[in-house]
This record gives sequence, C-alpha cells and structure tokens, in this order.
Amino acid sequence: MAGCTLRLDCELRLGSFALLAQGDLRWHGMLGLCGPSGSGKSSLLRVLAGLEPQAAGRVELNGECLQDSAHKVSVAPHRRRVACVFQDARLFPHLSVAGNLRYALRRAQAPAPSFEAVVTQLQLQPLLERGVDALSGGETQRVALARALLSAPRLLLLDEPVSALDPQQREAVLSALERLRDSGGPPMIYVSHASTEIARLAQRTLYIAEGRLATAGAGPSAESSALGLCT
Amino acid sequence: MNDYGPLWLTLKLAAAAVLLLLVIGTPLAWWLAHGRTRLRLLFEAAVALPLVLPPTILGFYLLLMMSPKSPVGGWWLQHTGHTLTFSFTGLVIASVLYSLPFVVQPLQTAFEAIGRRPLEAAWTLGASRLDAFFTIAAPLALRGFATAVVLGFAHTLGEFGVVLMVGGSIPGETRVVSVAIFEAVERLDYATAHTLSLSLLAFSYCVVLFVYALNRRFPRVLP
Repeated sequence: MAGCTLRLDCELRLGSFALLAQGDLRWHGMLGLCGPSGSGKSSLLRVLAGLEPQAAGRVELNGECLQDSAHKVSVAPHRRRVACVFQDARLFPHLSVAGNLRYALRRAQAPAPSFEAVVTQLQLQPLLERGVDALSGGETQRVALARALLSAPRLLLLDEPVSALDPQQREAVLSALERLRDSGGPPMIYVSHASTEIARLAQRTLYIAEGRLATAGAGPSAESSALGLCT
Repeated sequence: MNDYGPLWLTLKLAAAAVLLLLVIGTPLAWWLAHGRTRLRLLFEAAVALPLVLPPTILGFYLLLMMSPKSPVGGWWLQHTGHTLTFSFTGLVIASVLYSLPFVVQPLQTAFEAIGRRPLEAAWTLGASRLDAFFTIAAPLALRGFATAVVLGFAHTLGEFGVVLMVGGSIPGETRVVSVAIFEAVERLDYATAHTLSLSLLAFSYCVVLFVYALNRRFPRVLP
C-alpha cells in the first residue's frame, strides 16, 4: 500500500465561510474525511488539487511544496499529480468512455498503470465504446475512477463519489474502491458525510466541521495531535 | 462579370473579418466568461456598443481614427505607405469592430454554459490550461463557434453605413455589395441591383442553412 505525507497550514476564505487546515498527516491506503454538508470537505480537496490558488498558507505533499502564499508559490493543478473523482464525475461528454480514459493516460506524468489492467480491474470492457451519456450512475463513477487512475496520480481525491447513487450502484463502486485500496493503488482521500462508508474504506479518519479539521479513527498519534482542534 | 466584383469583395471582406474576429474574439469571450475582475463589466458594455450605436456614428469615429492626421492612421501611413481610410484593410478593421458583439457574445454564452467544472477535471488529469481549452472547451463550444461565425459573417455581409463612411466606393477596393446595390438603385439600374441582391440573398441563406445543419451534429454544451 502506498504511503503519503501531507503537511497543511492553510486557510481558504469563500465569502463568509473560512476553511482552516493545520497539521501533519501520514497514512497508507485510504484516509477518510468525514463531516456534514457545508463543513469544508470539498473545499479542502480543492485546495489540495490546486483549484483554489487564492488559498493562504502552505501545503506540502510528500515533502514537496504545492502552495506557499508567503512566497507566491502555487503549483498549477496539472503539475501536481493530484487527481480527483468528483461527486458529479465530470466525464467529458464529447468523448467516449475509451476517449475519456485515453485523455488521462496521454497526459500521465509518471508511469501509469496499463489501460487494460485498469479497464479489467474496474470491469469497464463492455462500456469502452459507449458515449458517456449512455452510462448509469455507477458506471459513470467507475469510469471517472479509472480515468483518474490512468493519470498516474500520487494522490487520489474522492469527493463523495457514491452520494448520488442507488444502493446497488453504490455497492459496486465501494467494492471497486476496496479492491483498488487492497491492490496497491495510489494513496487516497475519501470524502463523505456517511460514516459507514468511511468506516468500511478508510484506515484512518479525519473529521471536519465548520471549516475546522479534527482527527479520529487511528487514535492519537504524533501527526494527528499536531492537527489540533481535536474533538 | 464586372457586376460580381462587389460580391466577391464583400465575401473576401466577410471572410477576413470573421477570421480576425475569431482570433480576437475567442480570448476576449473567454475572459468575459471566466474573468474575475470588475473591469469585465466595462469591457462587456464596450463590446456590445455596436449593437446600439448608429453605424454612421461608429463610421465617423473610425474615419477620424484612421485618418492620416490621427496617430493611428499616421503610423499606418508611415509604415505601409498607404492610408487606412478608403482601403480594404481599413474596411476589415471597421468590420471587426462593427461585428465584434456578434462573435463575442455567442462565444461568451457558450463558454459560460460549459463552466469551469470540465476544465477543472481536465487540469487535475494533467492538462494545461491551453491544452484543456483546445481539447475540452473548444469542442464543447462548437455550437457557439458556429453561431459566432454565421452571425459575424452575415453581419459583415450586410454592412452599409460603416463601410460607406470609412471606405467610400472604390471599385475593387472598397465597393462592397451593399454600396454597389445602393448606387445601382440611385441610377435606377434595377437589373444590377436585383442581380447583386439575389446573389447575396441566396448565398447568405445557403451559409446559414449549412451551418445550422452542421450545428445539429455538434455535441451539446453541458447543461
């Protein structure tokens, strides 16, 4: 299982909402990020992905500075190798399923898993030539997951990928994520407001409420206590 | 054959203006759709100005701006040896300004409809901003581009006031079809006026029909 270190000391203000994230995190496999709607889960992922360049403070991933407002550093999203599976998938509607997957593969900045291996692992073979508007919700999210994997990310962000799915489709995607976690996939952060999903998938859990992070799940540790604001 | 001279000149003018408009209008429309500065409002209003401004007013100020005595017209004369006024180049510049909203607004609407979400997805997959524009935004905005080209082309074909003010009526250089039709009617040469008018009418209809048919095949812009 691949490990990951994340050092956060950043603040993001969006109107009256403020996200404050401080602390060092180290984990293997999947980290859960749990919290109610509007608590700042997605905002934190957007900061990590580089989609909020106006965030103040510093973000380090595996020792590399991704963002440092004091030194006017903000690594562009396409150079971060931080892929994201969004809640709404965001597949490209003018490309087929295979087109979406190859789009990511062509832009991978590190050795990517083979196209065939990812397609097989996520059971996408029958879908490859389909248009993305002909997919079910579960299929859509599996394609989005495969697309993100093919971009060879060093961190994969999963932003409530099953929240809009019915139970059967949700189960298919969660099973796929379990297989991915157990087969040595990239480090992941799984965001959800459903603690059962987090408990099933994540080895360790962070809680977020009103824009403030707190840790739980793996018990107190040197890294987690450094986050502060524990509840 | 000479009767068709103004028609070819008009088509040449419209094609040149639309090409330039796409080059200028695409980044401008993108900025208007996605820019976060408050200056956006001022630029939006400026771009839309030709929609409400009488063509003669725009033509009058363009005539002054292109005059050899003005800084712009003087600079052009000094570097090219030709005046901007009463020249084909001057007509192209005037047409670009006059038709700017007809190209920028459909593109801006298309870019706004696409939004940032697919672009953000592309960026996180390793696509640079330019890459994401050409591989995601532009294909999704094809309907907007088609509309922009049709409107820009058609609007330039029908110009009269601005081209008369800036270009006058020099055969082969600035006598576009609308001016030629006006002059033919003035001298009661209705046969020539009919020939030019019907040719332009048929051509315009075919262009619009073609692009609308093509438009149906383009992918839908995201909801």
